[in-house]
Amino acid sequence: MLKRIGSYGLEDTAVPAKDAAFPQPFSWSLEYCPPVYESWNIVHIGMLLPEAHQIYVCADNCMRGVTMTAAEMGQSHRFHCVIVEEKDMLFTNLEQVTIEGVSDVIDNLPAHPPAILVFTVCVHHFLGSDTDYIYRELEKRYPDITFIRCWMDPVMQKNHRMPDVTERAAMLDVVPEMPKNPGLVNILGADLPHDGDSELMELLRNQGIRVRELPGCKTYEDFLKFGEAGLNIVTYPSFRYGGERFCERMGRDMLYLPPSFSYEEIDQSLGALAQYLHADMPDTAPLREACERELEETRQALGDMPVYIDYIAHTRPAGMTRLLLEHGFRVERLYIDAFSAEEEDDFRWLQANAPELMIFSTIRPKLRVLPREQDRPVLAIGPKAAFYADTPYFVNMVECGGTWGYTGILRLCRDMRQAALQEKDTRDTVTRKGLGWVSLI
Amino acid sequence: MKNTYQILPVYSGDVSGACAALYELGGMVVMHDPSGCNSTYNTFDEVRWYEKESLIFLSGMTDVDAITGNDKKLIADILMAAGELHPRFIALVNSPIPFLNGTDFAGICRILEDRLNIPAFYVSTNGAHDYTEGAGQAFLQAARRLVDGNGEKRPGTVNILGMTPLNYTLSGSGKRMEAILTEAGFPVNANWALDCDPETFSRASAAPVNLVVSSAGLYAAEELHRRFGIPYVIGAPLGGFAPAVMEALKTAMETGENQVPHIQSRKGGEPDVTLVGEPVVMTSLAASIELETGKTTEVLCPTEVTRGLLGSADQSVAGEAEMQEALRSARHIVADPLYRSVSPEGVPFTPLPDLAFSGRLYLKQTPDLFTWKLS
Repeated sequence: MLKRIGSYGLEDTAVPAKDAAFPQPFSWSLEYCPPVYESWNIVHIGMLLPEAHQIYVCADNCMRGVTMTAAEMGQSHRFHCVIVEEKDMLFTNLEQVTIEGVSDVIDNLPAHPPAILVFTVCVHHFLGSDTDYIYRELEKRYPDITFIRCWMDPVMQKNHRMPDVTERAAMLDVVPEMPKNPGLVNILGADLPHDGDSELMELLRNQGIRVRELPGCKTYEDFLKFGEAGLNIVTYPSFRYGGERFCERMGRDMLYLPPSFSYEEIDQSLGALAQYLHADMPDTAPLREACERELEETRQALGDMPVYIDYIAHTRPAGMTRLLLEHGFRVERLYIDAFSAEEEDDFRWLQANAPELMIFSTIRPKLRVLPREQDRPVLAIGPKAAFYADTPYFVNMVECGGTWGYTGILRLCRDMRQAALQEKDTRDTVTRKGLGWVSLI
Repeated sequence: MKNTYQILPVYSGDVSGACAALYELGGMVVMHDPSGCNSTYNTFDEVRWYEKESLIFLSGMTDVDAITGNDKKLIADILMAAGELHPRFIALVNSPIPFLNGTDFAGICRILEDRLNIPAFYVSTNGAHDYTEGAGQAFLQAARRLVDGNGEKRPGTVNILGMTPLNYTLSGSGKRMEAILTEAGFPVNANWALDCDPETFSRASAAPVNLVVSSAGLYAAEELHRRFGIPYVIGAPLGGFAPAVMEALKTAMETGENQVPHIQSRKGGEPDVTLVGEPVVMTSLAASIELETGKTTEVLCPTEVTRGLLGSADQSVAGEAEMQEALRSARHIVADPLYRSVSPEGVPFTPLPDLAFSGRLYLKQTPDLFTWKLS
């Protein structure tokens, strides 16, 4: 149990939906980092690329987080460091430090990997490093290796793109052009495999179409065959930028079909895909009915149990909150620091229909000292909500958990019922990094 | 090359070290950094984060703040948080980008002190050093800013300097250290700073001697010696070495001279056992091994703060390749389990998990350093 310092109000840390600003309910300020680490970071994402290695070029303190991420995944043999020392920041040619450091790592590997994700960092931006020169030189020295140009530059993330967004794009940048195979579709989704039983997958299967996605690639050659697909379906917002860039370069089609909790939006997505495939729109009425039954069964199972939801469980947290409220669940808190533009309609609905729903930040300083323990059992959806509710009853999900559409709603209902019955070890669970990867701790 | 690592991780960084040092003192520590320093620190380098409250935050600086030199936002954010959370002091910790753009931390601290009427100080990290330097700088600033010489002297007592979970990871280690010293006749005046009472922290000038139990305490010991003439002893009372440490404390109190007892205790010569790690803990364990088994030892030190801490048989080692080379001649290695991958095959290897190196990987196998013996 945390020792508490006095008592604190909720100002600047939580706000009723009716008073919340969109898209950012709270201003950026000092940030607290709760001990919840199940989201994926750039190391986890890069490790999805089979046989590829990663080399980071940065200072000690920045290196520590990524190198230990790899170590906890049991992937240290694919992870290497080039340390930028103080003298390098002040006096040395950072291009040479990068080139010679990366070269030294490669020269000491037992064999050349087919690809290396090289991560330059904030310091390279601020010193005006010529990264084109760096990669030209590396490509000249090692023509058998594909260098994937990544950035670990969090200083850019509030005003520009997140490092994981540019990493996903950089990975697709190296896929070569190849003849189009109309029987093949890429899913550019979240980092966990897309649910094979989803209605989206069923529609593709029924048309005889095979699907390729990054989590399923077994070899680097498999990954390069992303270039074959005629259609790219982006289901994860962080892949949208990379997907658009990829499709423009390759002259391929793209559909953005995000996971949703709105029956209408799910049908629109399925309709768009069916139209593209010249297929009949699937009859989704039975799935809707199944969702209604499952939602009601789940509501009854939970009774009055409060529900707290966080933004890392799903890319549509407001939509999830809306669906559950519409079906009579007692959703009391939504933990989120900024809403996606995609969620404005759901946000406005929450303001109008659940004005007292509390929107909580996940990073404001006062969260460090506010009591977490609740006076009754709470069901949390997502690990941050679980931590802040101090509850053992939670759906352990990040990045949508591979779910999509109606089947995603059905799975959420089942997971909620199970979570309400079965206690989890919250501390042991939420502090592990990268849900879905091996954790050696 | 010294600056490349094929498979080994790097040690905890200076920012983590500074936060670990100041964790329990009731202040508010702000890392001026865009992102990453905070989660790195509390994920891999800090075992107290889940259970024990501490006001350690990130500034969340952006590229625009950095380019335009927008310190006003940092100051306003700190003032707002401090107004709500009432810390005893403010410590600002630096990272690579504010280091590069020459942020005037001293000036910011003056403004904060003026507005908040509490001490505010800058810990001169920059993300490019290891935890021994960062924690050392933090304790140094604490010695300068949080200690006054006005208190009544407490004869016969000792201050513990440099104690953090990065070296003393097992829960309750701070209290164990206090108990060992007290039982040996040296009641603890101030514990810097694990399982400590922040109320007693600032009375460090009252003790007649300081005990530096890790390299993180060295700069503070030198500062307290400079300011108040307090001599220090370098060494941790671990295993069979504890009596020598106690004797050194007595000598330092009597003579006013600094003591490094492991240098007298160890024989030197061709080493039977090679220990790898932070210099004070490892030389203390080395001395314990020599006293208990008669074997000779060497310490290979991959961390930065070593001045005056190593014996004639010991050496500083920088980087993975140099460590691999240095280990080639070892006959028995005592090191964090991750060093096994760069150790010669067939050489006996005794794992000694080190939070500052392998983070949480071997946390469940963390040894009790006070009773650890070479197997």
